[in-house]
Amino acid sequence: MSLFQRFEHLAQSHRAVKDIGADPFRVRIDRVLSPTEAMIGRKRILLAGTNNYLGLTFDAGCVSAAASALETLGTGTTGSSIANGHYGGHRALEQALASFFGHEHGMVFTTGYQANLGIISTVAGPDDYLLIDADSHASIYDACKMSSATVIRFRHNDPRDLDRRLARLAKEPGNKVVVVEGIYSMLGDKAPLREFVDVKKKHGAYLIVDEAHSFGVLGAKGRGLAEEADVESDVDMVVGTFSKSLGAVGGFCVSSLPDFEILRVACRPYMFTASLPPSVIASVRAALETIKQRPELMTTLWDNVGHFYDGLERQGFLLGEQKSPIVAVRLPSPELAVHMWHELLSAGVYVNLALPPATPANESLLRCSVCAAHTKEQLSTIIDKLTVIAYETGLLEAPARVAVS
Amino acid sequence: MDQDLVNQVIAVLQKFDKTGKTIESGTDIAAELDLDSLAVMDVIMELEDSLDISIPLNLIPDIKTVGDLADTIGQLKEES
Repeated sequence: MSLFQRFEHLAQSHRAVKDIGADPFRVRIDRVLSPTEAMIGRKRILLAGTNNYLGLTFDAGCVSAAASALETLGTGTTGSSIANGHYGGHRALEQALASFFGHEHGMVFTTGYQANLGIISTVAGPDDYLLIDADSHASIYDACKMSSATVIRFRHNDPRDLDRRLARLAKEPGNKVVVVEGIYSMLGDKAPLREFVDVKKKHGAYLIVDEAHSFGVLGAKGRGLAEEADVESDVDMVVGTFSKSLGAVGGFCVSSLPDFEILRVACRPYMFTASLPPSVIASVRAALETIKQRPELMTTLWDNVGHFYDGLERQGFLLGEQKSPIVAVRLPSPELAVHMWHELLSAGVYVNLALPPATPANESLLRCSVCAAHTKEQLSTIIDKLTVIAYETGLLEAPARVAVS
Repeated sequence: MDQDLVNQVIAVLQKFDKTGKTIESGTDIAAELDLDSLAVMDVIMELEDSLDISIPLNLIPDIKTVGDLADTIGQLKEES
């Protein structure tokens, strides 16, 4: 039997998507012109399917910090953080993150995925329990697979359901660790964090919040949902990424739990991978400073979110229920989603195509993301193009023409 | 095998099944009922609530048939 025989089901679904046009999961971007524009072949494309919420990928300060680190420190560390891969910049970034979030400890990982994988799989041991939201990101599910803890899943964004599930475990002696996300990546909805904190306290559980999509986006200072909900001191660990608002790659965890530092010699996804290149560390440090110095970026982002979300809603599109920089256009079928995605790309707009089973409740989505660097004109263009395609496909009914007598 | 439990599992699976096949204790949940991994986790969640027990996700890889699922639940109930 072929090694890949067991993926036949997946291959069939993938073929069905590819048969409609070019493969949406292998888009080749030939040149990136700015945080909001790129070239695919000779075609200029508006980017509305990134996670570049603050538009910092071309920020002059970030680019020059990275270039200078590249020149002086070389292309890579060639080693892990527990060997030769922990430079002064890495240490400074960990301290800057801890200080930014008001925590004692900071730990930098090579990707956001590895931060979740490492922290979640390591903090809960064989006698412990991990309680995860049903719509958790793949990195959280994979962390659970890697962990020796018992894993229980609760209904999405439902603190009462978590309460019930924790109550069932009341007699079990192990630690209970709850994992939620600040903003969920597909529909852009926020966790009801205050209510989750109440439940966590009631049961004496620990709480990890993944602020991947909410860092730099929520809270007066950009510290995420915990800041916005004013529960930062009740969150035991914050996990996040540098690949969204900070415009680079990498992950982190900050915490004030005593003995947190033991993770450096216990957490395998931290120990057994090469650390981030110095240039990435430098750009991330500069981006963190930019977030602190330029709060107006967040104001612009939310202004753009309002313009885009309200504009789409006025046209009649069915969207994710909460306003966030992730604006998901909900479609009735995967076939229509794939078709509209192709039409939109042909019209010069890139968004993310999100299909079951990677989506909550098997929804088919055109996942759009808003950036602080988008102009109102760019966002209006995207709304207009989506609307024309929605009329052509019959998703939305075009306004009736007034009969001329 | 506890036939009561098997019946309760079948009742929940029928809510998720789109194939319309007859579900028996020997039915392969993923292959025959065409349920993906997320749907199987939703079935588990539903069973946790209807039976008021915890069914860890860790046990899913060992569950192939409806009977396996009922047996697993039976063992969990005995342990609790």
